[in-house]
Amino acid sequence: MSKKIVVFGEVRDGELRNVSFEAIAAARKINEDGEIVGAVFGNEGLEEAAKELIYYGADRAITVQHDSLKNYTSEGYAQAALAVINDENPDGIVMGHTAAGKDLTPKIASKLESGLISDVTEIEVTGDNVVFTRPIYSGKAFEKKIVTDGLIFATIRPNNIAPLNRDDSRSGDVTAKEVDIKDIRTVIKDILRKTSEGVDLSEAKVIVAGGRGVKSKEGFEPLQELADVLGGAVGASRGACDADYCDYSLQIGQTGKVVTPDLYIACGISGAIQHLAGMSNSKIIVAINKDPEANIFNVSDYGIVGDLFEVVPKLTEEIKNLKVNA
Amino acid sequence: MNIYVLMKRTFDTEEKIVIEDGRIDEEGAEFIINPYDEYAIEEAIQLRDEHGGEITVVTIGGEDAEKQLRTALAMGADKSVLINVEDDVEESDQFTTVKILEAFFEDKEYDMILAGNVAIDQASGQIGPRLAESLDIPCVTTITNLEVDGDKAKIERDVEGDVEKIEVSTPVLVTCQQGLNEPRYPSLPGIMKAKKKPLEELELDDLDLDEDDVEPKTKTIDVFLPPEKEAGKILEGEIDDQVNELVGLLRNEAKVI
Repeated sequence: MSKKIVVFGEVRDGELRNVSFEAIAAARKINEDGEIVGAVFGNEGLEEAAKELIYYGADRAITVQHDSLKNYTSEGYAQAALAVINDENPDGIVMGHTAAGKDLTPKIASKLESGLISDVTEIEVTGDNVVFTRPIYSGKAFEKKIVTDGLIFATIRPNNIAPLNRDDSRSGDVTAKEVDIKDIRTVIKDILRKTSEGVDLSEAKVIVAGGRGVKSKEGFEPLQELADVLGGAVGASRGACDADYCDYSLQIGQTGKVVTPDLYIACGISGAIQHLAGMSNSKIIVAINKDPEANIFNVSDYGIVGDLFEVVPKLTEEIKNLKVNA
Repeated sequence: MNIYVLMKRTFDTEEKIVIEDGRIDEEGAEFIINPYDEYAIEEAIQLRDEHGGEITVVTIGGEDAEKQLRTALAMGADKSVLINVEDDVEESDQFTTVKILEAFFEDKEYDMILAGNVAIDQASGQIGPRLAESLDIPCVTTITNLEVDGDKAKIERDVEGDVEKIEVSTPVLVTCQQGLNEPRYPSLPGIMKAKKKPLEELELDDLDLDEDDVEPKTKTIDVFLPPEKEAGKILEGEIDDQVNELVGLLRNEAKVI
């Protein structure tokens, strides 16, 4: 049966996040022959974003532009999203499992009295069923879920479902929808940007993470340099956060973020089970640790037994050289 | 202040997961208060100590969850409620949970509802925002700081590493992120006192619900473990050579750089 799926795109700093394109690919998996409608919200410049959604596989797109949609607020975005859903009456909804996605989608699901399958890493269609795979117990196990009643509604984890190829010869209608956004009860007074260069941990392709072995705040500098040459982000174990070497927002693990980058470089991290829960599904894991018995070596693809303060700068240099020569 | 905390009993973070007949085997496993809910309990205690009022901790589960409720009471909560669904609910999802909570809160008065931002077992993170929506109160997720002044709350929330400063009127539902506070351990006198604090037990009937009202919208059809990772390659030789070899492997074998 062909269906209609609405995909909520997410614009950050004027650009669509990559996970929005992944969400379109996810919608296409659910809905091979049906229609995919992209939707983006904001206060300006949405036309371009709408076209990008179409280049990446949406059949048409809807924009909702309003001064109150400049920054994400659950109430403002929920009003816009519900207006689109009321118009379109879709069979399914897909969005990225990002801060905004986690905040917005349960609210919408509650309003629509629908189910919601969060943090999906894989989608397959078997017969009439769309089967969603998602990690549970912080990636120590996985479950497969299906929708038994109502909307097919899912959020997808960044970095797991590959986007379709961009094709700028694709075209489709872009409709600007007027929505009167009002009665917002949560007022954003200020946003303090703490993340540098916009490489978000959950979306980063490369993560360089430090543990207690990093020893100090300054100890994170060589890790940041390595992350920079790789276009990646810096993360940390709970030990490093508890010791105040870095902010809790960097923590990876069972409490903290769960990440699945292409490359995870663990520096001075012993590999407690709680930390492994947050990163062991990364595609390639490199461990650098002085202790040859460290548990992290049991999950790593490649290991170097050595002092991270010696190894990491050399690694940075070597990769720099490689990039220059490439 | 009338404060409610939503709590979940979860697997201890140290536990290894074993699967038996397509389900997670709970036999012999240690259970704890979901770590994010501990932040919620701690924050509730601090709020009450500053502004006065009463804290009620609510959980949905079976008899076993009494232990975690007693721990919350020992930390300093005043009352607790176990909505025991052991006999009534076979299959559930987040829709189920929130239907039950919605019915529970129908005749309650509250200024603040606190919850963990996510449970470390099912990790949907849906319950807080869903419940706020069905109670028609604002919701602020992943909070790292909270100050209440009269009927206004000043909140800082973590947005993928950035900090958003928010103002909102109570009643409000907030979900707690790590960094919010340092949850206390129950003290010995706390543990003694907790034994005498109220633990009310309710069933679906008491909430005027029957099974059909809370029938889930989604279903788990399989649970499995991720493929075992083979132990990797430990490089050898001088550090310079190892680094060189590693870069080669990452580029040519793993193809990630």
